[in-house]
Amino acid sequence: MDKPTNNGAWLLVVPVVLLVAFNAVMPLMAVVNYSVQDIFGPGQAYWVGTEWYREVLGDTRLHEALLRQFLFSGLVLLIEIPLGVLIALAMPRRGWAVSLVLVILALPLLIPWNVIGTIWIIFTRPDIGLLGYSLNSLGIPFDHTASPLDAWITLMLMEVWHWTPLVVLLAYAGLKAIPEAFYQAAAIDGASAWKVFRYIQLPKMRGVLTIAVLLRFMDSFLIYAEPFVLTGGGPGNATTFPSIYLVKVALGQFDLGPAGAFSVIYFLIVLLFSWLFYQVLQNVGRGKAR
Amino acid sequence: MSLVLDMVGKTVGEEMHLEDISLTLEPGRLNVLLGPTLAGKTTLMRIMAGLERPTSGRVLEGGVDVTRTSVRKRSVAMVYQQFVNYPSLTVYENIASPLRIARLPRAEIDRRVREMARMLHIERLLDRLPAQLSGGQQQRCAIARALVKRARLLLLDEPLVNLDYKLREELRVELRDLFARQETTVVYATTEPLEALMMGGRVIVLDEGRLLQSGPTAEVYHRPGNVAVARVFSDPPMNLVTVAVRNGVAMVAGGLHIPLRGHLANLPDGRHSFGIRAAHLSTRRRREEDLEIVTEVTLAEVSGSETFVHVHHAGVDWVLQEEGVHEYALGEPLRVYLDPADLYAFDHLGVLEAAPPIALGRR
Repeated sequence: MDKPTNNGAWLLVVPVVLLVAFNAVMPLMAVVNYSVQDIFGPGQAYWVGTEWYREVLGDTRLHEALLRQFLFSGLVLLIEIPLGVLIALAMPRRGWAVSLVLVILALPLLIPWNVIGTIWIIFTRPDIGLLGYSLNSLGIPFDHTASPLDAWITLMLMEVWHWTPLVVLLAYAGLKAIPEAFYQAAAIDGASAWKVFRYIQLPKMRGVLTIAVLLRFMDSFLIYAEPFVLTGGGPGNATTFPSIYLVKVALGQFDLGPAGAFSVIYFLIVLLFSWLFYQVLQNVGRGKAR
Repeated sequence: MSLVLDMVGKTVGEEMHLEDISLTLEPGRLNVLLGPTLAGKTTLMRIMAGLERPTSGRVLEGGVDVTRTSVRKRSVAMVYQQFVNYPSLTVYENIASPLRIARLPRAEIDRRVREMARMLHIERLLDRLPAQLSGGQQQRCAIARALVKRARLLLLDEPLVNLDYKLREELRVELRDLFARQETTVVYATTEPLEALMMGGRVIVLDEGRLLQSGPTAEVYHRPGNVAVARVFSDPPMNLVTVAVRNGVAMVAGGLHIPLRGHLANLPDGRHSFGIRAAHLSTRRRREEDLEIVTEVTLAEVSGSETFVHVHHAGVDWVLQEEGVHEYALGEPLRVYLDPADLYAFDHLGVLEAAPPIALGRR
C-alpha cells in the first residue's frame, strides 16, 4: 500500500469528539447508569436491572404528567405554527417598516426564561397585575394560583407570546426567499390568493416550517422554567409537567434511580416524536401521482 | 388580434425605464426583443402582459385599450429566466393548472396536457415533481404550462439563459418550430444577437429604454439603422473607427488608407464612422483587395469553438473572431486583413449611410 497516511490528522477530530463526549455521551451514560442501579452513596451501588423502569412505567402521577405534556405541546403547535405563518404573511415585505416589525417581534425572544415567568406573575396578579386586576374588575374571576384552568390559560398565553415570534421569523425568511416570478406566474394563471398560498407559499416554506415544528415541539416538550416560576407545578398538579416532576423526584426526594429511568424514557419519547414529525413534514403532499 | 403599444413610457421615481415606445405586434408572429441587460426588455414585457402599468402611453389589443386591464383578464402566458413551476404539484398537474383554473372539462385537460407534454418531450416525466427534474426539463415543463393555455400573447423573458450551452441550442431549435405551429403572438427577449438571428421573425432592438429599430430580423442585422443598433446586434460588438474621407479615399489614424469602391463609392468628403463585424476581420488574405494592418495582440479569449482576438494598432482597438481555438502571446505582432466590401459607413451622427450588399450564398 503506497497510500499516504497521516496519523496527525486524527488530532483534527479530537475537539469534536471531546465536545460530544462531555456534552452528550457522558451525561447520557451517567443517566443510564443511575437508571439500572440503586445508589446509596459513593461505592455503594447495586445492580437492579429493569426495576426502576417498571416502577416508573407504573407510576400514575407520571402518566398524568406525560398526558398533560402531550396536550400542552399539541396546543402549542396548533396555535403557534398557524399564527406564526399568518403574522408572517401579513408582514410588510419592504421599506423601513420591515426593520421596525422585526425588532418588535424579536423582543420576547430576548428576555430570559425566568424573567418571563416573573413578568407574567405580576401581569396576571388579581390585586396589582394589569390583566388580572382588569379581568377581576370586569367581574371575571381570574387567578392562576387558584384555578387550574386559569393557570393553563396563563401558561399558554405566555408560551404563545414568547415563542410565536420565532415561528414568524422562520416563516418570514421562507416567504422572502420566493422569487417574484412565482407570484407573477400565478397572477398570469389567474390563481386566487388561497391558491397562491396553498401551491406556492406553503410548499416553499416546507423547509423552514419543518424546523419551526421540530424546535417548538422539542422546546415545549421539555418546558421547565416557565411553569416552575409561574405556578411551581400547581395548583395541585395541574401544571406539573414531566420535567418538573423529574426534578422533584431527582432533587426533592433524591431518588436517582427512578429519575434516571424516566430521563431515558423522556429522551426516547422526544427523539421518536421529532423523527415522526420530520418524516411526515418531508413527505406530506408530495410524490402522489394525481 | 394585434398588440399595439402607443408611446409607452415608464418612469420609476426619477429614473427613466422606457421612453415613448411605439410598436405593432402582428397576430401569430414571432417577435424577438433584443437588447443588452437593463435595456428595459423585462419592463416592456411586463407592460405587454399587464403586470405593470405604463406611466404614459397606451396598450391596445385588437383596437381595444387594455392599458389598465389587469393581467387576470388578459390572455397572456409567460416564461421566465428562473424555472417557475408549482413545487408541490407533479409535472402533469403543473401543465394542467392554467386549464383547471379556466375550468375546462377533465377529458379536454387530459388531452391537451398529454399533447403538450409530447411536443416538449416530457411525456415520461408527467408523474415527477419539479424538484426531481433537471434544469432543462423544468424549463420544458414551464414552457408547456405557458403554451397549453393557448393564450393570445406568449412572452418569454430570456428563457434559455439558465441552461447550459448544448441544451440551449437544442431547445432553441425546438421552440422556433413550436412557435411556427402556434397561432399565438410570441415575444422572445434575449441579449444575444446570435439567438435573435436563429429565432428569425421580426426583431425589436432596445437599448437604455429606447426603441432603436424594428423590422425583419435578418434585414435589421444586415442594415442596422445606426451605430447603436450595430453595436447591440453584433457579438462581440461591431468594430468602429473614425475615418476622414477625401477624394474617394478614407484615411484611418495610423496611416491606413481605404480606397472607396462599390457601396462606399458615393460617400461625401468629411468625417465618418466605419464599422466591421469581428467575424469579417481575418488573419489570412482572402482577396486581392484585402487591406493589411499590422497589429499587436492585447488579448485572446476562447469562446466555444471560436477565438476572439483583441488587437491594437495606432490608437485603435479591433476585435476579430477566428474559427477554431488559437493561442496568441500578449504583444505578439499579428497581420489582420480587412475587405472594404464588408465595411459599414455611418455619418457623424451615427446614422447608417452605406451597408455591404447582402450577397446570397455568402455568410
